[in-house]
Amino acid sequence: MLTRRSLIAAAGALALPGQACAQDQPDLRIGLAFEPSSVDPHFHNTTPNKSLARSVFEPLVFQDERQAVRPGLATGWRLIDPLTWEFVLRPGVRWHDGAAFGADDVLFTFERAPAVPRSPSSFAGFITGKTVEKVDDLTIRVRTAEPYPQMPIDLSTFGIVPASTRGATSDDYNTGKAAIGTGPFRFGEFVRGDRTLLLRNEDYWGGLPPWRRVLMRVLRSDPTRVASLLAGDVDLIETVPTADLARLRGDQRFSVTSIISNRVIYLAMDQFRDESPFIRGPAGETVRNPLKDVRVRRALSHAINRQALVDRAMEGDARPASQFLDASFFGASTTLGIPAFDAGLARRLLAEAGFPNGFRLKMHGPQGRYANDTKLIEAIAQMFTRIGIQTEIETLPPAIFFTRGSTGGPGNTPEFSMIMAGWGSAAGEMSDPLRNLAATFDATAGRGSSNRGRYANPAVDAAINTALATIDDTARSAGLARAMEQVADDMGIIPVLYPLNTWAARRGLGIAARSDEYTLPFHVTRQS
Amino acid sequence: MTDAAINAAEAALPAIPKEESPFTRFRKAFVEDKVAVAGLILFLIIVSLALLAPWITPQNPYDLRSVDIMDSRLPPGATMGEGFTSWLGTDGVGRDLYSGILYGLRISLMVGVLSGIIAASVGMAVGLTAAYAGGRVETVLMRIVDLQLSLPAVLIALILVAALGKGVDKIIFALVVVQWAYYARTVRGTALVERRKEYVEAAQSLGLSNARVVFRHIMPNCLAPVIVIITVQTAHAIALEATLSFLGVGLPQTEPSLGVLIANGFQYMLSGKYWISVFPGLALLLTIVSINLMGDRIRDVLNPRLEK
Amino acid sequence: MLAFILRRLGQATLVIGAMIVIVFFGVNVIGDPVYMLISPEMDQNAIEATKVALGLDKPIWEQFVYFVSGAVQGDLGRSFVHGEPAIKLILSRMPATMELALVALLMAIVIGLPLGVYAGLNPESRISKAIMAISILGFSLPTFWVGLMLIMFFSVMLGWLPATGRGDVVRVLGIETSLLSWQGWTFIALPALNLALLKISLVIRLARAGTREAALMDYVKFARAKGLAQSRIVGVHIMKNIMIPIVTVLGLEFGSLVAFSVVTETIFAWPGMGKLLLEAIQRLDRPVIVAYVMVVVVLFVVINLMVDVLYSILDPRVRLTEAKA
Repeated sequence: MLTRRSLIAAAGALALPGQACAQDQPDLRIGLAFEPSSVDPHFHNTTPNKSLARSVFEPLVFQDERQAVRPGLATGWRLIDPLTWEFVLRPGVRWHDGAAFGADDVLFTFERAPAVPRSPSSFAGFITGKTVEKVDDLTIRVRTAEPYPQMPIDLSTFGIVPASTRGATSDDYNTGKAAIGTGPFRFGEFVRGDRTLLLRNEDYWGGLPPWRRVLMRVLRSDPTRVASLLAGDVDLIETVPTADLARLRGDQRFSVTSIISNRVIYLAMDQFRDESPFIRGPAGETVRNPLKDVRVRRALSHAINRQALVDRAMEGDARPASQFLDASFFGASTTLGIPAFDAGLARRLLAEAGFPNGFRLKMHGPQGRYANDTKLIEAIAQMFTRIGIQTEIETLPPAIFFTRGSTGGPGNTPEFSMIMAGWGSAAGEMSDPLRNLAATFDATAGRGSSNRGRYANPAVDAAINTALATIDDTARSAGLARAMEQVADDMGIIPVLYPLNTWAARRGLGIAARSDEYTLPFHVTRQS
Repeated sequence: MTDAAINAAEAALPAIPKEESPFTRFRKAFVEDKVAVAGLILFLIIVSLALLAPWITPQNPYDLRSVDIMDSRLPPGATMGEGFTSWLGTDGVGRDLYSGILYGLRISLMVGVLSGIIAASVGMAVGLTAAYAGGRVETVLMRIVDLQLSLPAVLIALILVAALGKGVDKIIFALVVVQWAYYARTVRGTALVERRKEYVEAAQSLGLSNARVVFRHIMPNCLAPVIVIITVQTAHAIALEATLSFLGVGLPQTEPSLGVLIANGFQYMLSGKYWISVFPGLALLLTIVSINLMGDRIRDVLNPRLEK
Repeated sequence: MLAFILRRLGQATLVIGAMIVIVFFGVNVIGDPVYMLISPEMDQNAIEATKVALGLDKPIWEQFVYFVSGAVQGDLGRSFVHGEPAIKLILSRMPATMELALVALLMAIVIGLPLGVYAGLNPESRISKAIMAISILGFSLPTFWVGLMLIMFFSVMLGWLPATGRGDVVRVLGIETSLLSWQGWTFIALPALNLALLKISLVIRLARAGTREAALMDYVKFARAKGLAQSRIVGVHIMKNIMIPIVTVLGLEFGSLVAFSVVTETIFAWPGMGKLLLEAIQRLDRPVIVAYVMVVVVLFVVINLMVDVLYSILDPRVRLTEAKA
């Protein structure tokens, strides 16, 4: 009988002693919201992968919590001439297998990182156009054809791997065979889609982290992640859903930490078609594209009650935005103010532009790509409707949204009239969003690649180009800020808000919140 | 799978005996069970609420002019910005849940019933064709039915919707695809039994056309089992739609069915704002329970084997 | 028998072929996986480079031909996201799903059978009515909703069981299992119960119907008249009558358990292949979706075959032919 036999088997199984011993238990358990697709630090250029890699593999240049550059495996760097950067490597660093770290490893990494087979998103963009040479064991030089002030930032994006692992495949990293780094943690185990185990590197050059074994578990579903923290299955979770913030903040057993993110939620508007496919007149007739008129774009911006979005849709876990990055980041303008919420002004601007009765608009957005994305787009549509723009929304799965939003129209143009999307600046500085969101679309030059409204202003392009070639940091920062101010004046893209990055931990743990969303176990500390 | 296995799993559903007025007999037997009557009343209430939604709700949850983010996450009994009271509270974007649930019911019921009717029509057509045509046609059709039934509905629906994209039409299509085979198999079985009966032979010998025999004589006798399956499958379809929406591949946010409302409320489950997902969940539960209560009794009534 | 099995396999190949064509072209129509893979700050050149790296730059029919020629040689392609062979990814997740489905099946029998037999023997008692009401509830409650309720109650409020994950696994004969430690059972309890709920209701109903039917049979009446003990009547005569349908149905329902694990695995972060499928769908990871379809269809064909063969052994009246009616 199936029943009885199964029961006996089950009872027998229960009687076996547990195989896991107490000393092997992890002393820090982290619940991740996003799944790293590989341990290979050069396989996939995405936040979850880079966040995981950062504990095991270290880049030459570190980024601090707010993404300012700091010495990493390079102790310092300087420009030798406008086209050559010299990096001095950290002495006395050892790989997890005991070998010494040196210039050859860096050279090998420059060779490997852009050439990982089947990489879904390659690191080549950070390396192509740079030639690297060894000066001595602890000095390297990197040359470019044009002056390139973003060199330290670029070199902060990928971890260095040892030359001794030449020929290793991504699989070799995932099994641990080639997962040899210099970082505070050694590779323990990687079970795809489930967990990653990290073991403390007892010989770490930078001071030992307080955790011997760190278990990182993938808990993608928001309530599941919170439930795991509440139930004590994990000690710390990243990306706390805004819905649970109030509860966690009010609970003595937990602490919540947050920081402004490098991400902006924005609206991009069709500025390249004379008639826009998802815009009609108030009675459904075809009309000229109103979004080409700066007054209409300003009206839309003034129609948005950003504080209400922050308070209601984001439950306080965001800040109203006036530009692509919060003013505290490099290259951000310090003078731009949040556009005032003023429905009267918005209606007047619409009337001035020749749309006293508004128009009909269908707005598109992703569903489940950004925190509360559908709520935000619904709320924004409500606000547009209140100034006389009859707004409909359609939210799409991210894969479909980004395909159609980038190339869904005739001739591979962006399909939609208005979209809500987000931009996270991995570099943590203004050059990044300006180059991709605001610069005129130019596939060959690699500019404006995410400029899905095809906003174009030659003056902005010129300002960006000048700033990007300025070596002096202060002057470059000011130049970037000016370009941003010009975009804001055109209202080429409507910045809506900056989400916060939030972590929650059981009381007694502290974590350094990071604007780049990395969850780094060596930044978790015990607090009394 | 073998027919024997299916017959063992699910009691066979013979046609209603011809000698009595089937409907009267059915009605009498149905009302004997108080629970089933309660289910029927509950279901009728739910359907009328859904149908009357535009006239008995304070808000049209699809009209963005009447929804305000400032009203979001209000607890039950709160007063909304527009002055009316939200008896069941509001959701994350400021939709009054009472209004949202009633409108959501419309979509859920529509998806469930429409997919049931289409699937039943397709299934009956296939089943009757197979039974009447016989031979190779029958073999091929029934092979397809068997194959279809050997794969679980949720999986086919999931993969279909993944390949088709979101939308009410796509969901209905996916639900029809996963349901039609049940009808086809049952209708064929019943039709085969009917076909061998004397009255069909008599009709044929009278020189009636095949179509007439099928539609006037065989089909009506297959309706009883189809009705049983429709009740069961409607409940299934509603639950399946909710599940797909929960998994993020069902209906879009702009047309919130009960499933979408529950999925949206899912994120508030731990936050103490229980009403956002509990009330839509209860509405879904009551709907499915009411249908299942009726279905149970209908099955018992139309299945004389268990009668003493 | 052999001809029967061969014909079944032939049909399965047809299903797999049809499903793959639908998935392959369908996924391609709705979206371009590149936009889910690429880091957004990368430019058009990087997008093109990724397309070339993954073979997505070629026309879809060419990709399909390439896929089919690979599939014939047993190569289903590599996951766009993970870079690993899709089939390997799925097989590595399979034990977790199988384990979950098996435990759920076990729960369905252990919980459902006694309740159903009781309700069948005492159809008019209050307890039976309650059991049947609960079974209707079990049929009606949406799985995902119950899942979170279980976590809320048993993990968050009572703190008895872990909310998510699989716990430590032990390798036995190369297969990872969590059923060999007490801790493993605490982890599997809630997701398995969640998955089993529908099947418990099903078993209750089948057992009740079977028992009621059997209780009216002459041989049971005769046994009663002979004064046999109730336990013996139930244990031998009634069981014999209801076990065949229950075993059959559960065999077939095992497939549906595997399918429904998509929902349960998502809620309980159970690292099985259902979760993998859902993630692949969200990211348009076509090779994984296609490979999943193939693996699952094969699995189902095998299960159905086994049920049929087992059935013909249990009940000699059944012949393994493709008989109609």
